[in-house]
Amino acid sequence: MVTGVADQDMLIRARGLTKAFGQFTAVDGIDFELSRGQVFGFLGPNGAGKSSTMRMIGCVSPPSGGELTIFGLNPVTDGPSIRARLGVVPQEDTLDVELTVRENLLVYGRYFGLRRDVIKERTARLLDFVQLSERADDEVEPLSGGMKRRLTIARSLISEPEILLLDEPTTGLDPQARHVVWDRLYRLKQQGVTLVLTTHYMDEAEQLCDRLVVMDRGKIAAQGSPRELITRYSTPEVLELRFALDEHEQAAEKLADVPAARIEVLADRILLYTDDGDVALAAAAAHGLEPVTSLIRRSTLEDVFLRLTGRRLED
Amino acid sequence: MQRAFAVRQLRFWLTNYRRTWRGTIYSGVLNPVLYLGAMGLGLGTLVDAHGTASLGGVSYLEFLAPGLLAAAAMQTAMGESTYPVFGSVKWLKTYQAATATPLRPADLFYGHLLFTTMRLAMNSAVFLVVMAAFGAAKSVWVIASLPAAVLTGLAFAAPIEAYAIKCKKETSFSLIFRFGIIPLFLFSGTFFPVSQLPVVVRPLAYITPLWHGVALCRSLSLGTAGLAASAGHAGYLIAVAAAGIYAGQRTYQRRLYA
Repeated sequence: MVTGVADQDMLIRARGLTKAFGQFTAVDGIDFELSRGQVFGFLGPNGAGKSSTMRMIGCVSPPSGGELTIFGLNPVTDGPSIRARLGVVPQEDTLDVELTVRENLLVYGRYFGLRRDVIKERTARLLDFVQLSERADDEVEPLSGGMKRRLTIARSLISEPEILLLDEPTTGLDPQARHVVWDRLYRLKQQGVTLVLTTHYMDEAEQLCDRLVVMDRGKIAAQGSPRELITRYSTPEVLELRFALDEHEQAAEKLADVPAARIEVLADRILLYTDDGDVALAAAAAHGLEPVTSLIRRSTLEDVFLRLTGRRLED
Repeated sequence: MQRAFAVRQLRFWLTNYRRTWRGTIYSGVLNPVLYLGAMGLGLGTLVDAHGTASLGGVSYLEFLAPGLLAAAAMQTAMGESTYPVFGSVKWLKTYQAATATPLRPADLFYGHLLFTTMRLAMNSAVFLVVMAAFGAAKSVWVIASLPAAVLTGLAFAAPIEAYAIKCKKETSFSLIFRFGIIPLFLFSGTFFPVSQLPVVVRPLAYITPLWHGVALCRSLSLGTAGLAASAGHAGYLIAVAAAGIYAGQRTYQRRLYA
């Protein structure tokens, strides 16, 4: 059998992948492929099946059905060999808070069978990368959430993995800490590391991912690059209008006459999907509508998700 | 490969143990000193004055010490296989961290059993030294009660660990302690021969692993061990430990691979 370059660069392949917990189907027959060097994202709200998918890729959750290969291997029978080539940043911190920052990397590196001197050299480099060199000999317990997350990222890189899996890497962090994490992930991307991440933050997905899978209720609603998805499922611009509460419904009815590709009436505002926001705003004014506030913006993945599922991402 | 992975997990426990080993040595010495002093010497004088025929003609100290050795191994096993296991999966989540590495759930189980074996050997060795200092060992065969005590401990550690990994709440452990460990400690022949128990409850004592551990350690320490009886006791303890190991592989797998 001939193995071409294409096969070697195909890192993960899923066909009809399913995960059920009793009666509940968390992942419902999804197909996707991951190539080397990509940053691949699963975007969806909580409960969409993203973490279950990640756990199956991480070989700690046997699939209930379908096909899954990682590096061409079977996660059920070849777990140790696959995991030796993966780095995992779990959603919930699993650092050993009783050990120091350095000891955490040592213990973890030893799990991968690395020699002490190799771990020592990598620890210095990785702590520098995640900006924790000064805390190397401190215990983990008092570190901030952002620092713990960065340490978890450093720990996941100790084995120089071919794929880094990040499950909700910035959930629970304050905005500043999130930006530091994004910056580090962006650097990894620049270095050509293959990243797979899950997120329910559209800005995270938009900034980091080359390729996205939009998940909802265990199924894939759409896939493509962030740009492609926006072009395919939304308009270039969105006009957001807010009205006084008692005028909200009435305004929505009147707006039906305004030229727009689509109108979404949310609880607190109305969204008009249009090629030109200024034209739509002028038309609304011509219909005698006086919004409390108006905003013209680019379409985002949030709009894509709303279009695909009828619901918002970050609720 | 399986064995090498378990050693990696043993190294993890050793790294952790570096912070707490001093305290465990103190309690390892203090425990036999207190019990042998108070019960062996203190209570022993009263018992010996009353006649030691029912003890097989040996002093109470000589009778008690090897029984306590086995009972102490049970206590060590209980300590190592409850909260450390439960905490690793429930509080610290270090087990979840390890499952993201090449290690499998069974490797984590074996790794911790190896660590428990080491702790059992340490505490039993310290106990034997204290026993010798009290002059409580009668035969050189007492040396062989070291592996016997370790085996007794493993007959508890393996099944308890298999259970601890799947516990939802830590209150289960105080139930095991109150209704399992303490009654065994008191009624499995450690402090008085099981022949003193009412005939109807004696079979209950005979099926507990601790009675076999006590009987084995005692016969070795007193130099009365017979091959058949010793093989029987050891075989029973091995069977219980093996059942625990079989169960533990499965419960670890089920808990960590959802």
